[in-house]
Amino acid sequence: MAEFETVVVETDLLILGGGMAACGAAVEAAHWAMQNGLKVALVDKAAIDRSGAVAMGLSAINQYVGLKDGANTITDYVNYVRNDLMGVTREDLVANIARHVDSSVHLFEKWGLPIWKDAKGAYVHEGRWQLMINGESYKVVVAEAAKNALLGTGVGEIFERVFIVGPLMDGERCAGAVGFSVRENKFYVFKSKATLVAMGGAVHVFKPRSSGEGMGRAWYPPWNAGSSAYFTIKAGAEMTCQEVRFIPVRFKDAYGPVGAWFLLFKSRATNAMGGNYMIERKPELEKWGPYGRVKPVPANLRNYLGMLDVMEGKGPISMRTEEAMQAIAESLKDDPKAYKKKMKELESEAWEDFLDMTISQALLWAATNLSPEEKSSEIAAAEPYFIGSHSGASGAWISGPEDLQTAETKGQYFWGYAHMSTVPGLFCAGDASGASSHKFSSGSHAEGRIAAKAAIKFIVENNTMPVLEPAALEALKAEILKPLAIYEQFEKTTTDPEINPNYIKPRMFMFRLQKIMDEYAGGITAQFTTNESLLKKALELLAYLKEDAEKLAASNLHELMRCWENQHRMWQAEAHVRTVLFREETRWPGYYFRADKPQLDEEKWHVFANCRFDPKTSTWETMARPILHVISQQPKEPALAKA
Amino acid sequence: MPSYVNPEKCDGCKALDKTACQHICPNDLMALDKDKMKAYNRDVSMCWECYSCVKICPTQAIEVRSYADFAPLGASATPMRSTDTILWTVKFRNGTIKRFKFPIRTTPEGKAVPDGGFETKGDLNSPLLYTEPASIGMADVYRMNN
Repeated sequence: MAEFETVVVETDLLILGGGMAACGAAVEAAHWAMQNGLKVALVDKAAIDRSGAVAMGLSAINQYVGLKDGANTITDYVNYVRNDLMGVTREDLVANIARHVDSSVHLFEKWGLPIWKDAKGAYVHEGRWQLMINGESYKVVVAEAAKNALLGTGVGEIFERVFIVGPLMDGERCAGAVGFSVRENKFYVFKSKATLVAMGGAVHVFKPRSSGEGMGRAWYPPWNAGSSAYFTIKAGAEMTCQEVRFIPVRFKDAYGPVGAWFLLFKSRATNAMGGNYMIERKPELEKWGPYGRVKPVPANLRNYLGMLDVMEGKGPISMRTEEAMQAIAESLKDDPKAYKKKMKELESEAWEDFLDMTISQALLWAATNLSPEEKSSEIAAAEPYFIGSHSGASGAWISGPEDLQTAETKGQYFWGYAHMSTVPGLFCAGDASGASSHKFSSGSHAEGRIAAKAAIKFIVENNTMPVLEPAALEALKAEILKPLAIYEQFEKTTTDPEINPNYIKPRMFMFRLQKIMDEYAGGITAQFTTNESLLKKALELLAYLKEDAEKLAASNLHELMRCWENQHRMWQAEAHVRTVLFREETRWPGYYFRADKPQLDEEKWHVFANCRFDPKTSTWETMARPILHVISQQPKEPALAKA
Repeated sequence: MPSYVNPEKCDGCKALDKTACQHICPNDLMALDKDKMKAYNRDVSMCWECYSCVKICPTQAIEVRSYADFAPLGASATPMRSTDTILWTVKFRNGTIKRFKFPIRTTPEGKAVPDGGFETKGDLNSPLLYTEPASIGMADVYRMNN
């Protein structure tokens, strides 16, 4: 096998990832590092201008509290998130992000992001918390500020096209990360005093609906492969809400966003008979405790009502774009010129919504000769995703800020540094941290900032470089490069390198993982339904998959990255299955349904379901953690919901 | 096929060490065939159709053919991205052409100033972040019981 040079980079703060949270971390860290004479390194698997989930752009900012206008309060936001997640949320974390998110949005605007304004100069809201933007270059602008902050001050370095495989540990403390370049034969060792994980959520853990090249058209980007989850799990961090996957309802197949249609254009979705599941199935909401009665109806319950229609054979579900656009222009009907102008404006807004963030959906409209002002479009539930920044909640269990605790919560939710995991020196933001949903792009940026400042404080107060054993590094290098060695050893033993009894290529490995998850852990073909027996079968098959991961083979650096991405997905999958098994109830019926425990069990399961992998013993444990309130609740939860 | 390369327009970014599309693809899909000096998408089933390669290509050699396993053939969406706007030409299967122009940024390229002109008040132990409280637009950051 070709020689790989070992490159050792020593820094103070190591930021892993290049998306919204990592860019927020970079801007914040640069300032405090400069003040304290520290260094920062940021490592991105791609190019920071177009990396992460916002690479393509976005048409809206989904979290803006509007504190300066008195539009909403922190309490309002916490209540919204708690209710949407069926009562399972860390209020200290949600409040912490909410109190800083407006600051990030105002910075985006100064950096050059065009935010829609009305005639009076106020932001145009898509919904209560959402702002409309011209967001084609959202990521470019945010990355530019991060680069200017790190490189302009001289405190930082940026490494692009370096794929991070896993953590470096010095005893219990995180000591950095290891990975490799996807461009040249270099093995990277990053030694750091604190490490901030912001490597996104996980896509393609479950089988997607598309079977051919359309697999790439995941709702969340296919390059987010569970690297945050793997990193934190393997470091021995306690994880939370690993059962809370997210299933978005989107325009069918190309997964264009529905938010602007539901919120801004006030569109209805109707079934084959013209019925509206949100009205016709309203009684179903009564089965889901206090959460079925809140407004807006929690995302998973909205999903569930639509799914019930589909399961009963009442599909397709159509977004009534034609009806919504005409209704908005209706008041101008007597003035044909004004009506035409308004319709033209709406048409442009409708297309921009897709062209800014899901160009594939614009292509699908064009390929089917569809004009939204004339014809409705089909919507459907996609496949499950792990994305703690959206309406999912999976991620690491992290400390809250000291100043947003009650006497009761402080002992449970605070351990020294805000947004630090249970592993000393390991901080998390964006999709890497759990139980703090609805942070989206802007809140992830704000959380990156929060975590970076806390990490700098950690470094100042724990200013020692971890000690690493050279022999351990050599062993890690061999382990990481093993798929290349296996390929080289066996490639000549068959006439086609794709089929060989001695190894498995990453693509088939991914398909095997997806099939297990789809059929046994409640994927699309199982109608998102599972039970204890099915989950145990999933664990049995995952154990074989884990053994076969030792036989992954890569013919080049690109495939080596795919090998490790799929191992990352596999660990995310296992954490998910174990936690779905642990939580013996159904709490988010539109995300998954435990057929053997089909009801909400508020008395026993109004708790966080956490898990932890012990790297020393290679064993998992699951545990319940109490849900405690920091912010007053609206509406009040039922009396039986004792923490 | 998602993104594909027109061999007549692609020049492999001449003798540069890597092509622009290789540089930008978030999923490491664009590769260079060094014998032909032409770029190609090496795994179309992992392409998000994010158009990053299309937008960055200096010779406009890259286009997107929508996912053939669900989209009928014959449509295209072609961007022309300048420093402050993007112009889209959308062609329908039936030949209809639509054109849309949207702003993309309000500042000159490269000029995003990290502090946005906001002053920083707090120290390392304060809940105030860099640029706060000015960037929140409030006198102070939210604190419990206030």
